[in-house]
Amino acid sequence: MTPDRIFRGLFVLYLLAFVAYLFAPLLIMSVAAFNESRFPTVIPWQGTTLQWFSAMWADAAMWKALGTSAIVAVLVVLVALPVGTAAALVLTTLHARARSFAYAVMVSPLLTPGVVIGISTLILWRQVGVGGGIALIVVAQTTFIICYVMLMVMARLQRFDRTQEEAALGLGASKLMVFRRVLLPFLRPALLASGGLAILQSVENYNTTLFVRGFETPLTVFIATKVRTGLTPAVNALALVIIAATVIGAVAYEVARRRQLTRQPRS
Amino acid sequence: MSHSVELDGIGMTFGTTRAVSDVSFTVQAGEFFSILGPSGCGKTTILRMVAGFLEPTEGRVLIGGRDMRGLGPNQRPTAMIFQSLALFPLMPVWENIAFGLEARGMGKAERRKRADELLRLIALEGYGDRMPGELSGGQRQRVAIARALAVEPGVLLLDEPLSALDLKLRQHMRAELRALQKRTGVTFIYITHDQSEALAMSDRVAVMSAGLLQQVATPRELYDNPATPFVARFVGETNAITGRVSAVDGAMATVETQMGALQGRARHGVAPGQAATVYIRPEALIPGAGANTLPATVERVDFEGAFALVHGRFADGAALAASVPSTRLADAPAPGTDARFSFAPDHAVVLADA
Amino acid sequence: MRDLYGRFGGGLATIFLSLVLVWLAAMVLAPNLMMIDYALRPNLPPAQIGGPQDVRSLDNFLYLANEGVHRAIFLKTIWASALVAALTLVVCYPIAFWMAQRATPGQLAVALMLVIIPFFINEVLRTLAWFILLAYRGPLNAVLQGIELIDTPIRWQGNGGVLAGMVYAYILFMLLPIYNAIESLDKSQVEAARDLGASTVRIHRRVVIPHAKAGIATGCVFTFMLAAGSYVAPALLGSPGSRWFTEIIYNWFFEGGDWNRGAAYALTLLVLCLAVVLATLRIARVNLTDVAK
Repeated sequence: MTPDRIFRGLFVLYLLAFVAYLFAPLLIMSVAAFNESRFPTVIPWQGTTLQWFSAMWADAAMWKALGTSAIVAVLVVLVALPVGTAAALVLTTLHARARSFAYAVMVSPLLTPGVVIGISTLILWRQVGVGGGIALIVVAQTTFIICYVMLMVMARLQRFDRTQEEAALGLGASKLMVFRRVLLPFLRPALLASGGLAILQSVENYNTTLFVRGFETPLTVFIATKVRTGLTPAVNALALVIIAATVIGAVAYEVARRRQLTRQPRS
Repeated sequence: MSHSVELDGIGMTFGTTRAVSDVSFTVQAGEFFSILGPSGCGKTTILRMVAGFLEPTEGRVLIGGRDMRGLGPNQRPTAMIFQSLALFPLMPVWENIAFGLEARGMGKAERRKRADELLRLIALEGYGDRMPGELSGGQRQRVAIARALAVEPGVLLLDEPLSALDLKLRQHMRAELRALQKRTGVTFIYITHDQSEALAMSDRVAVMSAGLLQQVATPRELYDNPATPFVARFVGETNAITGRVSAVDGAMATVETQMGALQGRARHGVAPGQAATVYIRPEALIPGAGANTLPATVERVDFEGAFALVHGRFADGAALAASVPSTRLADAPAPGTDARFSFAPDHAVVLADA
Repeated sequence: MRDLYGRFGGGLATIFLSLVLVWLAAMVLAPNLMMIDYALRPNLPPAQIGGPQDVRSLDNFLYLANEGVHRAIFLKTIWASALVAALTLVVCYPIAFWMAQRATPGQLAVALMLVIIPFFINEVLRTLAWFILLAYRGPLNAVLQGIELIDTPIRWQGNGGVLAGMVYAYILFMLLPIYNAIESLDKSQVEAARDLGASTVRIHRRVVIPHAKAGIATGCVFTFMLAAGSYVAPALLGSPGSRWFTEIIYNWFFEGGDWNRGAAYALTLLVLCLAVVLATLRIARVNLTDVAK
């Protein structure tokens, strides 16, 4: 065997180990949802059951947590989409020098640790008598989720041909109509994508949410608490459902995106 | 209903750059008017000032006799066709065409009806529900024109709309644009850097260079009687022999050159003692000696079918370009030989050097 | 500003501008300023707030500097986060290189899919997965005992568990920037270097890594920052002996009841992260604009 062959063989092994590293934990967690054992594990296998799914289904606290997360996510999208889009439009219209400064300020929440965003939000709003709760979770989460929306909308804006706006104006359209009929439809794919990303970010957030949750228990907090206070495979069942939902969502999004691409050949 | 467009001493300064200086001319209602010049000469700036995307820093734009100052592009009776066409890629063809009507608050059914009429006009019936991305280059071109005509503009502004097309399609679209203009009677202001396009389509042409207006004339006049050295060189090919004016006799001037005295038609402002140039079109140069004889060395003869182009140098070093009709090909000198060319004084123009 | 109004008209431009200003003022600037103010003031009962004792000082920061345990945890968080970044880099670099330079388009599509899917899944769930895998009587120990590599189960929870969970959590943040950077390297450059007789190590050291510097810096910066600011992994995979700085901060807020000291700790963490981010970017000569994409 040549050294090159050995090297190649080793690399294939490494690739396999990497894939195993990526998926083994998820796989074990998912499979453990079907084990009858009280503690979620796959060894020893004490018999296959679906009881943990019904236990999860029957858990009122879980449903409440899910509801909280859903409300937060919807509100986050409602705030982050308009503000993020506005930020992208303001930033791309600014002149070069002002732009780089404004840009640094506007992406700074992305460079701030999540816990710090939660803490500073909590401290500020206590001054005006607002304590932790759904409103504060939304405020703290949108602070940085706006950045993601802004970046995605900006990326799309860079491909916008501004003579389209001029053409519309020249045909007698008002500036409002130009925005509504020309620019907004063009941004639609980016808005849908960043909306999806915002929901994902919101639902999965833990570090920021932890500090501003008050007496609310969103899904991530619910799961983390379960881990510490009494983990049963019901949590795994929940995890499996969430994983399935995210993967299906991701694949559907990807398929929709590709279809969009083929339907609109670049002119 | 078409409008006249009057530019009254307009100028445009961007920061410290002067893009357009003191340009005045009037485009008649219903005229096909071109603005011709190399890129960067200010022609697009002028068009954008007429359209209302730019407000001139000096002077006035009058459309149909009305001062346009302060009116935005959406308040002027103009419609523009962009170089990139700027069709809305996410709207079907019919919505593109009816966009201006939508802006004017027309109902959907009526808009659709108007769009279908216009599609018939541009011979694209049944294409209304396609997306712009599904059309060919020439079809997109026609949709852009229909979109602009839909708002029944008094003036149509065209910013090199044919430059993206291949040669054959371009020639076809020229004829189509010209026919459309005659049929609709709308005033066209057409921007181009392609002189043959301007000469072939226009009623009149304005030639621009470096922000200054050089000449406004019919294509024929522009070719035969260029008013400035720039126009003489930019419009069509020409031979330029420099010298000094020795005499002006009525309409004719005599120029003393290294190759002897040459005579040609004097353009206004030519006076004895001035440095001047004699401009002779290639087709005006005839092989053999005559009234005005120029010795030259022939380097190359390119046969082009209807005629042959003779390239070389005059005795004073200036470039030679002469076209010899195929029927007289026997007269054409061979490459590498010395030859003589002559021209009739009527066929040459004398212009004072700038 | 004038361009904004010219482009969108008065109504829309005003709406856009006010949305952005409210965000920046009320959600980005004000909270941070208030946090700084908090960090500088002592923790007082409500009655004494605004009283003679309510003066600004650096006491809360000095407390962190002098409190041995907290200082040690702070320093450990820094170097452990750096270690996480370094480990993640080592794990990801070969994969990123393979994806960017060697993989066929088909392989690349599959690889990207495989890498991205786990990261669509909640960080808490991913950590939970490791919690189950690493449990004392869990699958990893069972396998290791099964192949007789160890006699008695290992207690993974603690530093090892936190490290494994964090590297796992931030793979994507390292992999994608490096992949993007190496992807833009002309394949023929690697071939030319090999043709000139360079060894594999030399090719990477002299050709690939200098080219991918920006991507590597970006990946490291993000991984470090996320690790230093992480709460889930240390909380679920750690042990009392492996406490993370974020856990100390949490305790000041919700157990110690001293928000001022907590604010000072959080501010310290923020300054540390920003300093590391800016210093790394400066050293690698990367523009902020290229980082966030």
